[in-house]
Amino acid sequence: MSSAAIETVPRFRRGGWMFLLPAAIPFVAFVLWPLIHGVALGFFDVQLRETRFIGLENYHRLIGDETFWAAVKNTCGFVVLVVPTVWVLSLGVSAVVFPMGRWARSFFRFAFYVPVVAGGVCLAMVWLWIFDQRYGLLNHVTGSLLGLEFDWLGRTDTALPSLAVVVISWSLGQPIIIFLAALGGIPPELYEAARIDGAGPLRRFWHVTLPLLRPASLFVLVTQTIGVFQVFVVVLLLTVNGGPAHGTRTIVYGMYETAFTPMYDFDYAAAQGSVLLVALGTIAILQFRLLGRKTRLD
Amino acid sequence: MPGQSQAPKSSSLLAGLGRCAAWLVLLVAATAAILPLYWMTTGSLKLQSDAMKTPPEWFPENPTTANYEKLFGGEDGGAWEGRRPAARWLLNSLLVAASISFSAVLTSALAGYALGKLSFPGRAVAFWLVVATMMLPRQVSLIPLYLLVVGFDWMDSYPGLIAPFLCYPFGIFLVRQFMMQVPDELLAAARIDGAGPWRVFWHIVLPMSRPALGAVAIFSFMGAWNEYLWQLIVTNRPEMYTLPVGVSKLVSTLSEFDLGLAMAGATVAFLPMLAVFVMFQKYFVQGVSVGALKG
Repeated sequence: MSSAAIETVPRFRRGGWMFLLPAAIPFVAFVLWPLIHGVALGFFDVQLRETRFIGLENYHRLIGDETFWAAVKNTCGFVVLVVPTVWVLSLGVSAVVFPMGRWARSFFRFAFYVPVVAGGVCLAMVWLWIFDQRYGLLNHVTGSLLGLEFDWLGRTDTALPSLAVVVISWSLGQPIIIFLAALGGIPPELYEAARIDGAGPLRRFWHVTLPLLRPASLFVLVTQTIGVFQVFVVVLLLTVNGGPAHGTRTIVYGMYETAFTPMYDFDYAAAQGSVLLVALGTIAILQFRLLGRKTRLD
Repeated sequence: MPGQSQAPKSSSLLAGLGRCAAWLVLLVAATAAILPLYWMTTGSLKLQSDAMKTPPEWFPENPTTANYEKLFGGEDGGAWEGRRPAARWLLNSLLVAASISFSAVLTSALAGYALGKLSFPGRAVAFWLVVATMMLPRQVSLIPLYLLVVGFDWMDSYPGLIAPFLCYPFGIFLVRQFMMQVPDELLAAARIDGAGPWRVFWHIVLPMSRPALGAVAIFSFMGAWNEYLWQLIVTNRPEMYTLPVGVSKLVSTLSEFDLGLAMAGATVAFLPMLAVFVMFQKYFVQGVSVGALKG
């Protein structure tokens, strides 16, 4: 942390903790301590009267728990369906919109960010209606165009992709803002040079835009993956207990069900949370490895 | 540009067609993104019988405010002893989001200044902890937070809804990154003139950091407004529900899915946030880009 900058330009060396304190108190009480406690809980058996250390028993139970593995599988399914789609769509939209000028950029940035603003519950409510087998908009459209009608949320093969569509619909806004900002950072001379060398629009995109957007792409892929790993609202509100046949339950949904439906199995839910923590911690560390050289710590 | 004026006419026509096609595809995609919200808003103006029509009414033919009257009034008996306290949910959501936003700005500004512009022992560790918790999933702390809130007897209370979000690690990070750009020379000059760390903060660094503070205010407000899981867990009494919780319970409590009522609830949750977004769009864009590109 100590760089030359601190030595050459005098900084205040006192009072640092005074400024930190208003944030540090709630940080320790409501962020840091619960995080540590949450990991620790997984190794205990929490009962009404006593709490007993049980080591890895909860984790042994997880290994044999089919619903947990279904949740892991579905969570990965969401990541596979959502993350690449969001990357391709947001990159494509940004690349097409960027040269259109300021007004077009503002307009499309706005249009794709509005679902982010609306939030999960609002969108889940309306999608519940859209997916409805009898009164839904989707079956009306597919029915009149293709003659196909489905019980979208009730079939094992369509339920997960249907939920993925909902998640994608509110995931595009942030990456588009990021890509548009990153595109603005590419020096126009590079395109000029590529054009002089006879590169067409597609080759310019492939050889200039794509490599220069690598940091932004990586950031988008990582944040999207972290976000999708935490999918919960759509599962709770659009499906019946993560069904059909555990086909849509995710890790966070499983945690919620274990801890807050009449099971009240706090320690077992905490163990599931720890698995999520390890998975996302690994992704975060990988991101730092990949981008770390560019992160200024001082 | 000479290169472009030499291009043959057919290729410029092609480029024009390409541009039209691009606009068309984009407009379709943007419509698809907005359509559910259009469907929600217009659906809130339909009676159940109109909402269930096939083919669906793309535009409400008999618009009615009956759903909103039901939501805020209470002539419809049954659920919750005949009350539908949507006005209270709106108030709860506003109060919770405003408190969280205020606290996030305050703590982020002070901590961002300490981590970005002051040097003191433990700074590196403090910053590292902020970054680490920013990236880790909040759900892990869900159960300990719940036990904490139960222990404090904060169930169904504003402290229970607000306390876990008083400190906003991403906000601290954002403000710190922004304040780092304030030149150290400026601070050194003020120091030579006899200003202490507080005066430098208040008169120099804080005014220059307004965009970052605006972004923190907006993002923490939106996060609190759209928070669901936590608010669902700590509220049991309908009068302590926030909008997302209350709206979601509209569906699960009623025996029949009252489409219009559910859409009215969702619209009430959506419109205030949309207004905030339209007014402060600049800060949203800044916040997202600063967080991503200066990380």
